[in-house]
Amino acid sequence: MSLQLNKPQLDSIRQHGARDYPSECCGVLLGKADGDAKQVTEVVPLKNLRHDPGRAQELLPLDDPGRETDKNRFLIDPLDQLRVEKGARARGLDVLGYYHSHPDHPARPSHYDCEHAWPWYSYVIIAVEQGVPKDLTSWVLAEDRSAFGAETIIKES
Amino acid sequence: MPVKVIIPTPLRQYAEKKEWLEVEARTVAEALSAITAQHGDLRKHLYNDEGKLRSFVNIYVGDEDIRFLQKEQTPLKENDVISIVPSIAGGTAPSRRAGQVLRCICS
Repeated sequence: MSLQLNKPQLDSIRQHGARDYPSECCGVLLGKADGDAKQVTEVVPLKNLRHDPGRAQELLPLDDPGRETDKNRFLIDPLDQLRVEKGARARGLDVLGYYHSHPDHPARPSHYDCEHAWPWYSYVIIAVEQGVPKDLTSWVLAEDRSAFGAETIIKES
Repeated sequence: MPVKVIIPTPLRQYAEKKEWLEVEARTVAEALSAITAQHGDLRKHLYNDEGKLRSFVNIYVGDEDIRFLQKEQTPLKENDVISIVPSIAGGTAPSRRAGQVLRCICS
């Protein structure tokens, strides 16, 4: 599979990662899919619900809320997803995937990322080191959930 | 009564690429049972091995989360819209279950 983004879209993901450092940021990628090729037309920043530990814990409990915080976990509010998906459908767009940042951590999926991933979606990760955005990668879970593979990012000129 | 179930993009490949399915159901449980009867491959993505709805799956009737209604026994009205919303979560903290769930390219 491949994911096509333009420079302003890539920049907005990088800037969001830097802005929210040292917390993890997250957002959604909207666009069109044609077979295995996904083209992003909109990048929408969303809030990390782990900033609201009470509600986040109600929706997707953490094993150790004392250790797991918005600095090393993100969760997107399903109500935000519902709202964004509705708007996207009305414009003929689909949810192609999501992005999040790894503050002071490589742009590779963690075990927790893998455990919580869905097939088909693109999972873009932006590494942010000391507040500076670095590597940006994209990952897709295999349909049988057995592995997370790197996805080619095509930069639109 | 007829209700509509919206299928999120990652699950459409298991539902003949349809964006939504219309089924006859009086409760959320009946609606989910009807769509998995039509499209068996959806089952493993919605339910765990014990036949319970997976915790990574959010179900909404209109704008209401069924967790805060009557869960899967939530009654439906004609033309209700049920949305399957996949939980989107992640992060870098080491997982207690690390290593036993998936073969990943992981840090």
